[in-house]
Amino acid sequence: MTTAARPFTDREVAAIRGDFAILTRAVRDGHPLVYLDSGATSHKPRAVLDAERAFYEQHNAAVHRGAHLLAEEATDAFEAARATVAGFIGAPDHELVFTKNATESLNLVAYACSNAAPTDDPKDPRFVLGPGDEILVTEMEHHANLVPWQELARRTGATLRWIPLAGDGTLDLAGLDGLLSERTKVFAVTQVSNVLGTVNPVTELAARAHAVGALVVVDACQSVPHLPVDVQTLGADFIAFSGHKMYGPMGVGVLWGRSELLEVMPPFLTGGSMIELVTMERSTWAPPPQKFEAGVPNAAQAIGLAAAVRWIDEVGIDRIHAHEGALAERLLSGLAERPWVRVLGPAAGRPRGGAVSFVIADVHAHDVGQVLDDAGVAVRVGHHCAWPLHRALGVPATTRASLAAYNTPAEIDTLLAALDRVPAIFGVAEAS
Amino acid sequence: MDLYQELILDHSKQPHHAGLREPFDAEVHHVNPTCGDEVTLRVTVDGTGLDGIIRDVSYDSQGCAISVASASVLADEVIGRTVQEALDTFAGMREMLTSRGKVTGDEERIGDGVAFAGVSKYPSRVKCALLGWTAFTDALIRAGVDAQALTDHTTQGVTP
Repeated sequence: MTTAARPFTDREVAAIRGDFAILTRAVRDGHPLVYLDSGATSHKPRAVLDAERAFYEQHNAAVHRGAHLLAEEATDAFEAARATVAGFIGAPDHELVFTKNATESLNLVAYACSNAAPTDDPKDPRFVLGPGDEILVTEMEHHANLVPWQELARRTGATLRWIPLAGDGTLDLAGLDGLLSERTKVFAVTQVSNVLGTVNPVTELAARAHAVGALVVVDACQSVPHLPVDVQTLGADFIAFSGHKMYGPMGVGVLWGRSELLEVMPPFLTGGSMIELVTMERSTWAPPPQKFEAGVPNAAQAIGLAAAVRWIDEVGIDRIHAHEGALAERLLSGLAERPWVRVLGPAAGRPRGGAVSFVIADVHAHDVGQVLDDAGVAVRVGHHCAWPLHRALGVPATTRASLAAYNTPAEIDTLLAALDRVPAIFGVAEAS
Repeated sequence: MDLYQELILDHSKQPHHAGLREPFDAEVHHVNPTCGDEVTLRVTVDGTGLDGIIRDVSYDSQGCAISVASASVLADEVIGRTVQEALDTFAGMREMLTSRGKVTGDEERIGDGVAFAGVSKYPSRVKCALLGWTAFTDALIRAGVDAQALTDHTTQGVTP
C-alpha cells in the first residue's frame, strides 16, 4: 500500500464490536470472551445474519430454475452476490465460482485435472497430468492445499515436490530453480501462512512458475479477509478462499479462476445446473461459472458472504490490515518480554499476517490453551492442519492467536496476563 | 484450575515406567489427529485370556500433560494385574471421562485415575486422557488377547 492506513481507534473498534452479538458473551466462570481464533473462523456481523434471514423470509427459491417470481428474485440475488464478491478481489463476475468452502475449491481444481486425463475428447493439455509430470507445493501448506495435490499425484502418476520451509518460517527459495521445470504442471502455494503469518512473495513465485508453463493455484484463505487482494496483479491462475473466515457464513467458499482457464477446465462435480444438453448417452456443459456449480447452490450463504464483503468495505480492508498489524506488533513485543515463550515465524519487521504462533518450553500447546481458555481467551492449539510445517519446525504443536477487525489492544493484554499463569502451573523456569 | 491436579502434573513431569523396553509381545502407535499427540506403547502379557498377567507396559508419549500423565497412571495401574483387572480399570476410566462431570470415579477401581475426573468437564480433552488406554487395549489384541472377551468386558457399564 502506498498510503498508510490507520488502525481503528478505540471508538471505532467499539462500534465494530457492536455488530457482533457473540462478543458480549461471558464464558468459563463469567469471563468476557476474548476471541483470538479468527484464523479458524471469524464471527459474523449482524448484517450477514440479517441478509441470510431476509433471503429465506422474502425470496427463498432454488436459483437458476423455475420461472416464478421468487425463483427470479433468488437468482438475481445470488448473481448479485457473485458480482459483489468478485468485485472485492478485482475479478469479473463470470470468473467467480461459489463452492462449499476453500477445501472444495482446491479439490475442484485437483479433480478437474483428474477429469482431464481420459482421452475421449481433446482436453487442454495444461490440465492433463501423468507420470513424469510434477506438482510443486510448499512445506508450509495447510492440509487443504497439500492433500488434494498428494491425491492428484497418486491418481495420475505425477510426482509431488515441495519447496522446503526455512528456519525463520519463510520459504527456502534457494533451490527453486531445481524444483521448477517444464515438467511442473501445477504450482500450489499459500499467500499467507495460517500458522506463522508469513506472507509469501506470490507474484514473484507465480511469474517463475508461469515461465515454465505451470498453473498457479493460490490458497488465499488467510489473505483475502486480512489484506487487499487484487487478482489482476496477484499473478495467480486460481485462488481459493472461505466465506466463514471473512465474516461470512459457514458453507460457502470461492474459487476464482482466469476465464480462459475456466472455459477449458473440465468440471469436478456433475449433475443438475451445470449442464447445457443432456441425452441418455452423454452431456455437455454450461459455460463457467455454472459449469462448476452442480446442484442447487448455497444461495443464502453466498448472499450472506456478499453482505460480509459489504461490511468489510464499510470498515475498510486496508484499515483492517493496519489494525491487525498493530495488534500483532503489540502481541509480538509482549511475547518477546517473556523469555520462556518462543515465537515461530518471521521476525518483527518482516511481512506477516495476523496469525502469531508460539511455544512455551516443555508445556504442550494443549495445556497452554487450556489455561488461556480458563481466562476466557479462545486460541487454537495443535498443528492447525499444517502437520508437515510443524514437523519441519521440530515442534509437535503450537498455540496460535489469530486476529480480526473486532479485536482490541486490551484483549492482547488479557492474553498476555493469562499466559503468565502458565509457568507457575507447569513449573517452567521463567528466566529460561 | 481443577483440571491440573498435582498428581497429574507430577506424572506428566516424571512419567512412571516411561521409555520403550524389550522384550514385548506387541507394539502400537496411536495418534490424536486433531492435536498431533502421539504414543508408542508396548505390552508384555502372559496368556491370552482375561486371566492373563500383564508383565510390562512401556511407552513413549509425546503430548500434553493430560495424555502423558494418563499413560503414566495406566502403567502404574495395570502392570502386574490380570487382563480382566486392567480392562475393568479402563472401563472405569472411560465411564468417568465420558460422563461430562457426572461420575467422579471410584478409587478402588481406577486408583490414581480419579485425578482425571476434572477432564470429563472438557470434552475436547477426553481424547487426550483416553489416548494411552485405547493404545493399550489395541496392543492387548495384537498381543493375542482374545478380542471378543476384551470387547465384551470393556463395553459393560460404560455410559454411551
